[in-house]
Amino acid sequence: MDNTHAAAEGNNEHGFSTKAVWRTFWILLIITVVELALAILYYETDFLPKHFLNGIFVIGTLAKAFFIIAEFMHLRHEIKNMIMTVAIPAMLFIWFLVAFLWDANSYKNLRNNYDRYHVEKSKTPVKENKEEHKPEGKKPGAME
Amino acid sequence: MAQALPAGQKWWSGGKSPFSVEYGKLMMWYFLMSDAFTFGAFLISYGSIRFASNGWPDPNVVFRSFPIIGEMKIPLAFVSLMTFILIMSSVTMVLAVGAGHNNDRKGVMKWMFLTILGGLAFLSCQAWEWTHLYHEGAWWGRNPFMNLNGSQSSTNFSNFFFTITGFHGFHVFSGVIINIIMLTMAWKGSFERKGHYLMIEKAGLYWHFVDLVWVFVFTCFYLL
Repeated sequence: MDNTHAAAEGNNEHGFSTKAVWRTFWILLIITVVELALAILYYETDFLPKHFLNGIFVIGTLAKAFFIIAEFMHLRHEIKNMIMTVAIPAMLFIWFLVAFLWDANSYKNLRNNYDRYHVEKSKTPVKENKEEHKPEGKKPGAME
Repeated sequence: MAQALPAGQKWWSGGKSPFSVEYGKLMMWYFLMSDAFTFGAFLISYGSIRFASNGWPDPNVVFRSFPIIGEMKIPLAFVSLMTFILIMSSVTMVLAVGAGHNNDRKGVMKWMFLTILGGLAFLSCQAWEWTHLYHEGAWWGRNPFMNLNGSQSSTNFSNFFFTITGFHGFHVFSGVIINIIMLTMAWKGSFERKGHYLMIEKAGLYWHFVDLVWVFVFTCFYLL
């Protein structure tokens, strides 16, 4: 009981700033709008290589995540050791991500090296078969 | 900024909360971490399959429609609306928590109500998106879209899309239920009797987590 009360009071100490909340909102909105603008611009004009654009998207997403966690979830204002108990597993998570994507990429390269059928199939455009594009239509010989 | 530990202070000897934070709030953080790893595992498996595939449908082509207006020349317009709704609801949630700090019952109720509306709006949008894609022929095990280079696509695309957005939508739904319970408790005066609005803060953490996951889902499925 005492602990809870003290904790409740402790949170009020670093104050609650409505200004910081709205500032974070604007930052999130601007980053999202920029990402969308870049995506649409790429779709229309192909002005940057996709990999480079993806890098921008990832950085934008990480920035948004940082602001949501730090300000909306208030983690920035907690005790540093508590922040560490959240941040360090997150770093290990980054390792998880990189390892799996790297491995998947390797799988793709190896498979393309040794499986020519796979490579050819991925380059063959789908044939426009009119009969197959009528899901409601009945196939010849179908029962009522 | 982050508070440093004063020298010589014994944090783990008992008698006080080690991180100066309520037990329930700390446990909510650790629950969210576990949930983050679950979502992370889903998204990483999506990323791995996509990295391992030679071709994949173009999100700019697949996600072009908008309710009522039909197809827009601007792709991704609808999902932008959904992102905006969810971020707005996160803002109203923070304001609800802030009102709780000031023991402002009416303020808490107002902001919680708006947050619930935002959550319901997001769920409606997601339901519309699913229905629309379903009518175009997409579902678990069915993928009508071609790869970007015109080749035959696999059902991985639609399987992952529906599974991950479905799992996220389920979290939004449970978050809305929790928020409704919070609103009811605030209205009945349960928090006034307790003397603190800490439960709103914990519900707030869950809601922000839901928003955070959406930011990543949005990036992985619609942008990258």
